[in-house]
Amino acid sequence: MKKPELLVTPGSVAEIRKQIEAGADAFLIGEQRYGLRLAGEFSREDIKEAITIAHEQGKKVYVAVNAIFHNDIANELDDYVAFVKEANADAIVFGDPAVIMAVREAAPGFPLHWSPETIATNYYTANYWGKRGAVRAVLARELSMDAVIETKEQADIQIEVQVHGMTCMFQSKRPLLGHYFEYMGKNLEIEKRHGAQNMLLHDEERSNKYPIYEDANGTHIMSPNDMCIIDELQEMVEAGIDSFKIDGVLQTEEYRIATTTLYRKAIDLCVENPDQYEEEKEDMLQAAEALQQEHRPLDSGFFFKETVY
Amino acid sequence: MNGLKNDHLSEIIDGKRVIVKKPELLAPAGTLEKLKIAIRYGADAVYIGGQEYGLRSNAGNFTFDEMKEGVAFAKSFGAKVYVTTNIFAHNENIEGLEDYLRGVGEAGVTGIIVADPLIIETCRRVAPNVEVHLSTQQSLSNWRAVKYWKDEGLDRVVLARETTGEEMRMMKEKVDIEIETFIHGAMCIAYSGRCVLSNHMTARDSNRGGCCQSCRWDYNLVEMEDGQETAITQEGDSPFAMSPKDLRLLQSIPGLIELGIDSLKIEGRMKSIHYVATVVGVYRKVIDAYCADPENFSIKDEWLEELEKCANRPAAPAFFAGTPGADEQLFGVHGKKASHDFTGLVVDYNETTQMVTLQQRNFFRPGDTVEFFGPNMSTFTQTVGAIQDEDGNELDAARHPLQIVQFRVEHPVSKDDMMRKGL
Repeated sequence: MKKPELLVTPGSVAEIRKQIEAGADAFLIGEQRYGLRLAGEFSREDIKEAITIAHEQGKKVYVAVNAIFHNDIANELDDYVAFVKEANADAIVFGDPAVIMAVREAAPGFPLHWSPETIATNYYTANYWGKRGAVRAVLARELSMDAVIETKEQADIQIEVQVHGMTCMFQSKRPLLGHYFEYMGKNLEIEKRHGAQNMLLHDEERSNKYPIYEDANGTHIMSPNDMCIIDELQEMVEAGIDSFKIDGVLQTEEYRIATTTLYRKAIDLCVENPDQYEEEKEDMLQAAEALQQEHRPLDSGFFFKETVY
Repeated sequence: MNGLKNDHLSEIIDGKRVIVKKPELLAPAGTLEKLKIAIRYGADAVYIGGQEYGLRSNAGNFTFDEMKEGVAFAKSFGAKVYVTTNIFAHNENIEGLEDYLRGVGEAGVTGIIVADPLIIETCRRVAPNVEVHLSTQQSLSNWRAVKYWKDEGLDRVVLARETTGEEMRMMKEKVDIEIETFIHGAMCIAYSGRCVLSNHMTARDSNRGGCCQSCRWDYNLVEMEDGQETAITQEGDSPFAMSPKDLRLLQSIPGLIELGIDSLKIEGRMKSIHYVATVVGVYRKVIDAYCADPENFSIKDEWLEELEKCANRPAAPAFFAGTPGADEQLFGVHGKKASHDFTGLVVDYNETTQMVTLQQRNFFRPGDTVEFFGPNMSTFTQTVGAIQDEDGNELDAARHPLQIVQFRVEHPVSKDDMMRKGL
């Protein structure tokens, strides 16, 4: 059985060595100007350093260029993708086809991961982007386990699946927090809370609290629970899913390292000793639960949930 | 097109500049009745939903037979029909897609509006004569992505709602492809396609037509510090809201025409025939007036007043001139009542007796002041006199929806004109 890659989102260059020690195989990094909802801000210098560190240990680095671009930044993309190639990153993660155009111009043949989040929902379209340069599709988090497995069976390119962490439910270009404070006549709050990552929308009817924050890409609203399927990995490992991602956005470094450690063990057991995995998976789930803040329970995302329309 | 980057927009005729590239006015048509009304009131094209693969699972979607009838009706007015086929499909939606698209092709529609490359490619294969237009669900907001879709052979792209006029200008300059953009109606506050609030909150897939509009709900804002929660929305405060005002680009129509935008789109397949008739009628007048004489054009107050008659939210220009401010969102309110009620649809008019036969759509009674409007008449108001039913019995009021009633009108009207009443 092939061992899937364990992909994590470090918050800083310094975290990368610790993550390697904890068992991470690959890193998703980038800067807000080009990438969406990253756990840390990596300047070009940081990206070069991260790649050097990771490559020394045989690990991979993917650079996020997955924002929804407007003309201004679309015009800079050639320069940025040329830099990413020059820095020797392992792939560019994209959602907007403008990135394909830039890669064709400035870094022909450079590997792409197709990651438009909510809209990566079927194998045919994954293969479509495969024919246009993507070597991997990062699937939407709103898919069931059965849909994920079927997609892997039918896909001509690698498949990456998020297995842990929060997911984005909503992105607006408008600064919605700032607008609320402005409406409330609390203009001072806008400056004071610039870049704040500790705000929550309380949905009383569902007793849910959704993290909400603003950055250069607009306003982001995140899932109320952290997804965790550390006890449900076996089927996907057997199906040959290529990469398992832990998204560590809005989490602490300590939390991210601890989850990496848990998943390293889970993946290794799945591949090397499935019986032992079966025996220990409940304990691992409990260990993951112990890492959670009180207002953020774990759930299994959409893997086992029926969605209608 | 002859490979020209900029289409030929205007000509000097008899010493006067006239716009020769008139944009298409594209209207929503949730049902066959709405399709006919939209076209009669001046739409150059309509978009409809089929039974599957569209994003309004609650709209009165068309069967293939209804599509054929709609296409035939549209053709008789020189108008076009497009079918929204803009879900992001899941694996389970792949089966049946080919048959569906063949059916759409056989119905004779001009094009489909698509978001998912699965549907783009499948349409090419099984219904190659159908134009493919990229849906706003792809959040298309830069010229290089526009170029990508041009190179992929698409006939037209619908831009993201977040695109500004200046951004549209660059797209038009750099890429020779038809551009369609929204000018009026409700809109997402998120980038379309990038919102799954419905999936999380109600287990309904927003990208397959199940959106429950959670963005229009009220929330409380709280702050979390060291595991301690503090309410930011206090008792008595207006709740946190992210409900956008509706889009209204009436004042920017001249700008859009001068940019060479190819199709101007009105949102609202779920809206009433009164809404469709009113909005289409106004924009028809604006576009025609500007194109006929751009130098002497000015926005008339009566057009804005007319739009208020069916508007159920305050309106704003959204992103056309840049990122909208706090004043373009609704706080503490969930909309407003339109200034007028739709009270009747003209079924017939008798020139000799000057009696109108009307299908009742809302309560009215003798003595009410009502307004008649239609695509080929000047709007007039009058007081309702004696009302009678089909058999000539006098009525104290028109009480029943769809009831057929008759009364005398002061000016001639014709079938499909409408009657409304100020509130």
